[in-house]
Amino acid sequence: MSFLQNKIEKFDQYLSDHPKVKFFLPQALLVVFLFIIIGYLSFNASSNLAARGIDTGFSFLNKKASFDIQFSMIEFDSSMTYGRAYLVGLLNTILVSVIGIIFATIIGFFFGILRLSTNPLASGLATCYIETLRNISLLLQIFFWYFAVLRLLPSAENSLVLFNFVYANIKGIYIPRFVWTNLSFFIYGIIFTIFFIIIFNKYASILREKTGKHLPKFLISIGLLIIIPSFVVLTFGVSLEFSHPKLEVNMGISNYIGGVSIIPELIALAFALSLYTSTFIAENVRAGILGIDKGQKEAAASIGLTKTQILKLIVIPQALRIIIPPTTNQYLNLTKNSSLAAAIAYPDIVLVFAGTALMQTGRAIEIVTITMLTYLTLSILISIFMNWYNKKVALTEK
Amino acid sequence: MKFLIIIKRGKMKNIIKAICSFSILALVLTACGDSSKKASTLDATKKQGFVKCGVSQGVPGFSNADASGNWTGIDVDVCRAVAAAVLGDASKVKYTGLSAKERFTALQAGEIDILSRNTTWTLERDASIGLTFVGVNFYDGQGFMVRKTSGLKSVNEFKNGVKVCTNLGTTTELNMADFFKSKSVKYEPVVFEKADEVVQAYDAGRCDTYTTDKSALAAQSTKMKDPTEHVVLPETISKEPLGPVVRQGDSKWEDVVRWSLNVFIEAEEYGVNSGNIDSMKDSKNPAIQRIVGAEGTKNGEALGLDNQWSYRIIKQVGNYGESYKRNLADTNIMPERGPNQLWTKGGILYVPPVR
Repeated sequence: MSFLQNKIEKFDQYLSDHPKVKFFLPQALLVVFLFIIIGYLSFNASSNLAARGIDTGFSFLNKKASFDIQFSMIEFDSSMTYGRAYLVGLLNTILVSVIGIIFATIIGFFFGILRLSTNPLASGLATCYIETLRNISLLLQIFFWYFAVLRLLPSAENSLVLFNFVYANIKGIYIPRFVWTNLSFFIYGIIFTIFFIIIFNKYASILREKTGKHLPKFLISIGLLIIIPSFVVLTFGVSLEFSHPKLEVNMGISNYIGGVSIIPELIALAFALSLYTSTFIAENVRAGILGIDKGQKEAAASIGLTKTQILKLIVIPQALRIIIPPTTNQYLNLTKNSSLAAAIAYPDIVLVFAGTALMQTGRAIEIVTITMLTYLTLSILISIFMNWYNKKVALTEK
Repeated sequence: MKFLIIIKRGKMKNIIKAICSFSILALVLTACGDSSKKASTLDATKKQGFVKCGVSQGVPGFSNADASGNWTGIDVDVCRAVAAAVLGDASKVKYTGLSAKERFTALQAGEIDILSRNTTWTLERDASIGLTFVGVNFYDGQGFMVRKTSGLKSVNEFKNGVKVCTNLGTTTELNMADFFKSKSVKYEPVVFEKADEVVQAYDAGRCDTYTTDKSALAAQSTKMKDPTEHVVLPETISKEPLGPVVRQGDSKWEDVVRWSLNVFIEAEEYGVNSGNIDSMKDSKNPAIQRIVGAEGTKNGEALGLDNQWSYRIIKQVGNYGESYKRNLADTNIMPERGPNQLWTKGGILYVPPVR
């Protein structure tokens, strides 16, 4: 006993002599314990699954999927793997999230500012819009817009034709597909041009600081943007053609073939997500603007800025600092809410991977884990980007 | 004691605390995770007094709940038969409505003990997800429904660009991929999570055709605005033997469910039904004697049940023919029995002898 006691006392002494060890040791032990528990649980799960005769493992990702997907941004058919199907679902999730975020932001800013308008009709309209849409369950809104879209669009035979190249009907909106020749040269050309313009602008700034000489930066940049790609197009034989969708009638069934189709599920989902999230963003915008001290506006007015200038130059830049953090949350919500897509047949990651692939393989634990990690990664990426942007617009105090 | 006091006073107090709390957490989690000692499902069912049965969320004729929550259908009758055999009362069933996506997980996790939800028997499902199919109670096949105005008469008339509505998590998705591939037709699958949305979208004109098992097409068409506007094309593109499923590794329970189903079908073969079973008790035919549980038959014991088990099934639920008539023929969902006729009458319904 006294031996042990001795040891413990010595250890305590050691800890008080080494504050760094004292600080990290409990945390390290905690991490080790967590690992042991997670390891134990996964071992337990896998042995239970094996005992019940359920196959486990990730090898299914290389197996042939043997199902088809309605809408994909990369090539996919039933002879490709489950891994590829995952990628298709992921890209579709990202697509609808990006569209949703862009529109939600624009609509949100519009209604947020409108709600502060001194015109009672305008502010009343905005209040009505915000309070209605944000208080109805999103899933119901998705169903509503989906079946509304389906009811509004005509059948394929009676498609709405816009500008002679956009065809809208219940089966989707069809636009011409771009058919490029030597597209890669054109892309290289554009990348080179952007690179060149950045260097030129840096040079112009340095020149101005050193000699005070002003170069017409904007005009020269635009000029470069026109001249270099045109040169590339002419010399390397880059060309662009349009492949128009064609109506094909097979007995009583009509469908457009070719071109690019935007499916009604995507339209309805993007619409519902943008409108729903925009109401929360509108409230953030309103809070941000109201959060700016009245004195700021009065000071701006006293130096003769117009109303628009005050909003653009004084209020918004400061309000952004208040708006961005809660808006980041809304972006994350929108991305996660896009998983409701499965209800209306938009082939996102939940429908394709956590739906069809899960059913066909029976690998519930693996697939749900992958799907969760995917959403986690997407959310973290959005957060990182928004934090970076927030830092950029933050007031740099000198 | 002294040792403990030192720890309490010492700098390691926090570390010990952390270790203790995590050990407790680990113990709790271990207790939850350990499921190696399972009671047999048959004993558990007798003890709890009801059969836990997983059915669909509403397929008329197969498993459908009415306004007051009473389930009827040919799949429901399988569960009722098991309840009659094991518990003596066909009504002692607790139904759980499951989507196609949830069904296997619910069975694996023990939330239900029988899955009787128009489920197709395939190798992949039988071999790799820890489940066992006990038999077939309905021979089905995948078909296509189109609008009459389309003028289509055959599945061979589908052309590129055809839009196909169906629901998620079934063999249907794989069958149609194979089918259209073999015909080199480029199609677009519009896949919904729930059958109700498939019907609505197809009905609205989003798709040119709706594909699933033919029995389900017939059942779902009753939900459409005008069912007479639609027609099911004659071809069947796949074999869909539908039947009840149990967990793998509990052969006692598996046998009870399998033979409840078999006796249900065999009773029709020998003309034993709920109306005449009492008078059949005097029959000289040994096969009928076994079904009515006459003196000296020992079928029940082998299954861990009493010898009146099969009598109760027929008395309370009826035989397969009665069930079919009640659920599918009289409701005009599938008036023709087709392959689901007995083998003696030109169908393929053939079960091992109950003896």
